[in-house]
Amino acid sequence: MTNHWIDIKNSDCILIMGSNAAENHPISFKYVTEAQRNGAKVISVDPRFTRTSSKADIYVPMRSGTDIAFLGGMIKYILDNKLYNKEYVANYTNAPFIVGKEFKFSDGLFSGYEAKNRKYDKGTWTFDMDANGVPKLDRSLKDSRCVLNLLKQHYSRYNTKLVSKITGSPEAGLTEVYKTYAATGATGKAGTSMYAMGWTQHTVGVQNIRTMAIIQLLLGNMGVAGGGINALRGESNVQGSTDQCLLWHIWPGYLKTPRASNTSLAEYNKKWTPISKDPLSANWWQNYPKYSVSLLKSYFGENATKANDFGYDWMPKVDDGTDYSWLTLFDEMYKGNFKGFFAWGMNPACSGANSNKTRKAMENLEWMVNVNLFDNETGSFWKGPGKNPSTIKTEVFMLPACVSVEKEGSITNSGRWMQWRYMGPKPLGNSLSDGDIIMELGYKIKEVYKEGGAFPEPILNLKWDYMTDGLYDPHKVAKEINGYFQEDVTIKDKLYKKGTLVPSFAFLQADGSTSSANWLYCNSYTEKGNMSARRSKVDAANNIGLYPEFAWCWPVNRRIIYNRASVDLKGEPWDKKDWVIRFAGEAKDGKYVSSKWIGDVPDGGWYPLENPDGTKRTDSKHPFIMRKHGHAQIFGPGLADGPFPEHYEPLECPIEKNLMSKQRMSPVAPVYGTDADAHMTCDPRFPIVCTTYRVSEHWQSGLMTRPQPWLLELQPQVFVEMSEELAKLKGINNGERVDVSSARGALECTAIVTKRFKPFNIAGKTIHQVGVPWNFGWRWPESGTEESVNLLTPSTGDPNTRIPESKAFMVNVTKK
Amino acid sequence: MSKSFFVDTTICTACRGCQVACKQWHDLPAEETKNRGTYENPADLSFITYKVVRMREQVIDGKLNWLFFPEQCRHCIEAPCLETAGDPGAIFRDDKTGAIIFTANTKRLNTAAIIEACPYNVPRKAADGTLAKCDMCLDRVENGLLPACVQTCPTGAMTFGDRDEILALAKKRLGEVKKKNPKAMLIDEDTVSVIYLVAYEPKLYCKNAMASNAVFDITRQMALKRMIRPLTNITSRLL
Repeated sequence: MTNHWIDIKNSDCILIMGSNAAENHPISFKYVTEAQRNGAKVISVDPRFTRTSSKADIYVPMRSGTDIAFLGGMIKYILDNKLYNKEYVANYTNAPFIVGKEFKFSDGLFSGYEAKNRKYDKGTWTFDMDANGVPKLDRSLKDSRCVLNLLKQHYSRYNTKLVSKITGSPEAGLTEVYKTYAATGATGKAGTSMYAMGWTQHTVGVQNIRTMAIIQLLLGNMGVAGGGINALRGESNVQGSTDQCLLWHIWPGYLKTPRASNTSLAEYNKKWTPISKDPLSANWWQNYPKYSVSLLKSYFGENATKANDFGYDWMPKVDDGTDYSWLTLFDEMYKGNFKGFFAWGMNPACSGANSNKTRKAMENLEWMVNVNLFDNETGSFWKGPGKNPSTIKTEVFMLPACVSVEKEGSITNSGRWMQWRYMGPKPLGNSLSDGDIIMELGYKIKEVYKEGGAFPEPILNLKWDYMTDGLYDPHKVAKEINGYFQEDVTIKDKLYKKGTLVPSFAFLQADGSTSSANWLYCNSYTEKGNMSARRSKVDAANNIGLYPEFAWCWPVNRRIIYNRASVDLKGEPWDKKDWVIRFAGEAKDGKYVSSKWIGDVPDGGWYPLENPDGTKRTDSKHPFIMRKHGHAQIFGPGLADGPFPEHYEPLECPIEKNLMSKQRMSPVAPVYGTDADAHMTCDPRFPIVCTTYRVSEHWQSGLMTRPQPWLLELQPQVFVEMSEELAKLKGINNGERVDVSSARGALECTAIVTKRFKPFNIAGKTIHQVGVPWNFGWRWPESGTEESVNLLTPSTGDPNTRIPESKAFMVNVTKK
Repeated sequence: MSKSFFVDTTICTACRGCQVACKQWHDLPAEETKNRGTYENPADLSFITYKVVRMREQVIDGKLNWLFFPEQCRHCIEAPCLETAGDPGAIFRDDKTGAIIFTANTKRLNTAAIIEACPYNVPRKAADGTLAKCDMCLDRVENGLLPACVQTCPTGAMTFGDRDEILALAKKRLGEVKKKNPKAMLIDEDTVSVIYLVAYEPKLYCKNAMASNAVFDITRQMALKRMIRPLTNITSRLL
């Protein structure tokens, strides 16, 4: 989230799309309800009428996989009706930047497409630069090659009529949503978006979110209270695990995993440190080497020295041009390319796309270690449905982990709040905390490597000192994450002693004199104490629900990021009532003479861009400090699939032709080629669109909730929801068991025949859609009949993130 | 001051946290259920289920609604079950809160009559004839806690407190809701301690949302019965 949960209450319009907040994030509805009672409009866009829709002021149905068409229509509406915040767009976004003449878009493809590799050469997705190397721009937004005008051109095709044909949403509904949401472009109004897996789990997942980000920028909704792009995380600590590098492509704090071609620390830092020639651009990532070196110092301690590149050579590198994402790992496992596997707090046999492939892949393993609270479909895959245990040689080890309430430590919620938690009951039986398991594992591996082995240095040199009295100590880890001074350092005439905690990331150094296991968390555990354990209920001066001394929030306790875009050029908030920050420095003769901000922690404490008399300041910075040029990106040249979001159909879709262009599906989405990767589009055997979701009553793959009788009582069986029209067509009665099948698998479900699904009219054709929750698996309930919907989902996904396309694929439904 | 609940169905999201919290606090076992073609489960109140959130799809003025109604005992001000029983050792009113409490002694009652007497069809019978229903979490309330269902409600759809304050709150909220839903109403607010606010006709939410007319006749019978009730029952609560 750019904002945070409580902040939803400050919104004037809440677009809930790609998520089902009332059902899957029930507590969020406390704040949605509060906003609504204060007059906010709540909009629900979903293929199915949900518990969220039941509370919305406006509900509009939409076929799964057509979000970009839906939102692209909104961009057109905002531009056509000039409803954008011109001052914000012209000064804070890259709308005035001039795009190079080589950049083109034609019939679904951007310039630079290499069909053979399903990849773009992004060489033409660039801005024209002036003699000083600063982007040329036209703040009047008149230049025909400026980003805003290219945006206009790009979305000129997204008229409501065509959008309606693609999405199946009624035209009147589209216009109502566009009008209502675009009203937040008015100065002082804020609109927010609440999204989750309904946007991410697509071959166009990242671009779904980009489309909304563009809308938020046009309307001036980024950085303000009640605005932002708000990802509702599906697990209490997903934000934390991403921050600490759960994923293969990043190091902690969103540093890059080095590529094989980054052969030295200097080359690595050079590759990933952006350079801006604009004196008004803070270009915060220019500090990259300070963070990477501090991270290496944290990993290897005294063993990391300037002479050995701080141990950079010991860190694993990934081959250029390949990926190590979930889908690819299981693809490789399926092909027999690795021997062992740790399933740690995960249940891939149910939670990964294309479960038949995943489960078959596990048969190729020599060993698997399953670290979990309970045995699950993954640990027991060898005795699952259709498996013959006598032919599977995989040895499975179960390490019982204790549950979150049985251990101390922190979680970081969707709103980036790091919150300390204490141990309740002691771990049950022989179960251990993840920390204890991983510490012991580390010691054992070190012992083995002492006896020799290939490339022992990374293991032997790893600092591994997070135990106190033989137990894992979460405080030691939290302090390590914050970071220490490694020697006496004097900064701005103040001496910081070796071994003391670093006050914030502004103090981190690239010379090895500081350590920090995650620069973003530097400031969370300082000499003043554990900031995440704070519990003050006192609000900040602006009284908008920031509660700055309740827990701690990255970065540097800034509760709403990009907040310097919440003020105008002179530092005055757009919204006088629910303001986030406000410039409170002194002015003399029309010029600011001292710098002071009040409210939230500002995105940098520089002066505003203009003085009260309208003259420009040269000591200010553009507000989007994490961007190289200081401006938010309406034109986003960094992504794999194009600088502007474009509608493509999912890998499996119900129409032969993309009505927007010749390019049916994303030209760069990964397609896997094993015999388990069948996919069928416009195949009469699979004529029905299917999507997946969760229910309030179960959690994730259901491992923690299916064995819970009270929750199983509420939702005892996997079900397929369908319209009355489809049920009639198929002769299906409400409550009877039916088969749902795709090109990859089949699943028995209970039919819920409901008014909450309606057939779509897609380009004059009736298209049916159904939905199945993914919380089930054969291991529990005991009947073994309630299986995972991921038996049906395809192994394809987003070209940037490789999150699987579990939200739109094709199935058939038949009576048993 | 007696206590009351205010249940604002217009902000209930049917997360059913209340249903689970009720089972958890009372340590009631789960029922073995099947998906019956609806999310609503268990199918009905029972001796081990004091609360069921009703979830009904209704097309009103051409627009689809999904109406939610957490159904439970209303703790009537003049409780027909209590009057019918005439046995304070089996059914009594807690004077402080107004909670209507069923004890294990309910098995000695004419349970069919008790069930029939309820205008909302709430009490349910165990195999041994004992009756059970919502007890207002009296043990929690006596210790300064909110009833478990109210405590767990994420949106504030359920509130609990002194009756006059709850009534005032309900009326204030009705005024707000009426601006959007002119047919909104409070259900039987003068006769019950669990006051529901609904946006549409009560019968769209569930069969027993509102007291039925037939039951009013029964209550008259009960009033008659009360006049001729043997005095001994009055002290039996102490046994």
